[in-house]
Amino acid sequence: MPSLPDMATPEAERLAQEAAQPADPHITDVALKPALFDWLCRMGDGALILGHRTSEWCGHGPALEEDIALANTALDLIGHAALWLELAAEVEAQGRTADDLAYLRDAMRFRNPQIVELPNGDIGRTLMREFLYDAWHYEMLLKLRDSSSPRVAEIAAKAGKEVAYQLDRASDLVIRLGDGTEESHARMQAALDHLWPYTGELFTDDAVDEAVAEAGIAPRASELQGPWDATLREVMGEATLTVPDRRADVHLGGKQGRHTEHLGYILAEMQFLQRAYPGAEW
Amino acid sequence: MVTDTLPSTDTIRNWLGEVPDPEIPVISVTDLGIVRDISWQGDTLVVAVTPTYSGCPATAFINMEIEAKLRDKGIEDFRIERRLSPPWTSDWLTPEAREKLRAYGIAPPIDGTAPDGRTAARAARLAGRSNLAVDCPRCGSTDTEKVSQHGSTPCKAAYRCRDCLEPFDYFKCI
Repeated sequence: MPSLPDMATPEAERLAQEAAQPADPHITDVALKPALFDWLCRMGDGALILGHRTSEWCGHGPALEEDIALANTALDLIGHAALWLELAAEVEAQGRTADDLAYLRDAMRFRNPQIVELPNGDIGRTLMREFLYDAWHYEMLLKLRDSSSPRVAEIAAKAGKEVAYQLDRASDLVIRLGDGTEESHARMQAALDHLWPYTGELFTDDAVDEAVAEAGIAPRASELQGPWDATLREVMGEATLTVPDRRADVHLGGKQGRHTEHLGYILAEMQFLQRAYPGAEW
Repeated sequence: MVTDTLPSTDTIRNWLGEVPDPEIPVISVTDLGIVRDISWQGDTLVVAVTPTYSGCPATAFINMEIEAKLRDKGIEDFRIERRLSPPWTSDWLTPEAREKLRAYGIAPPIDGTAPDGRTAARAARLAGRSNLAVDCPRCGSTDTEKVSQHGSTPCKAAYRCRDCLEPFDYFKCI
């Protein structure tokens, strides 16, 4: 299997099986399993698909430094995806690995919100999406540090540091481009207007959110709206951009497996090798 | 192992001090602060290693290097555990590691300046320059500027010295 970062020593499997992990009764809770698996896939798939989209800039960035920065951001996100999907696979306990989940599920099994699967567009739209998602991701990981699941909390503490760095960078660039030239301002406003109707999905609760919240594992999606909104308004204010005065919860369904047509094309590229040459390793 | 006494964990830590970081070979994995624990569980040696960045491609390679070093020293019964908690911070770089980085041309991290996602970028903007006072590792000047928040590896940012005009890497804080 290709390269989700892993304990790839020659004895990786034995080492992974024996690795000591903090005791966590949630991981083996049969009643909770379907919801927890879905929720972990949401965390993992959001990071994986945004990471893949961001990696599409590799070799195409508007400046060498931005190209490198985007590739590094993608790497962080794919690292987070590996941690979440590894835990999802363990919870599912059907013998699948993180790689199986990434490379062998079809679009309807992916649980990412739709905002991350949209095409990159120009660099302005790419950075605006990164900011909108980072600001949500940051608040989510901050809350997850206090999760009743030690396994979830330790991933959140690890990923949270990297996402804080990403949010700093994305905020800085959104402000510089928003409060920049006439052209950059117009593009950033267009990006925000375009992405806005996809942001509501991040804060829309369903039965899965309810179940993990009841177990104390994660906050309800809706609980993150307030802090996200505060960050959004502060940064957009500095960026001289206008937050749209219309509903944000228009395009829903990604978290339940209903996706835009764009996800299939991402998977066609991302999964090609494992589909064409099942079990290929390098 | 076919010896009467098992090597002490201090001895093993010294061995691992000979394992270079694959991306920055002047510092070792122990300098980097990623070897979190070394212990014997019966006759099995357990080495707990924490990743620097979640997606760092060097993580798997580092584990292989540690494994190779242990086998080279005659240890056959061991395992390498990934430990995520507490998460790695650049504050764990040893003082010696910082001097080695500087001599190698990489500005070492400034402790306590890890971004919190809210204030660092804002403070930098209000101060009029998105920068920390990072000393140039070549000429020592503090008149430096950030070129990019990311550099040649996940753990570094790109800077430039306004005095000697040399570009350099800054080991970013996390």
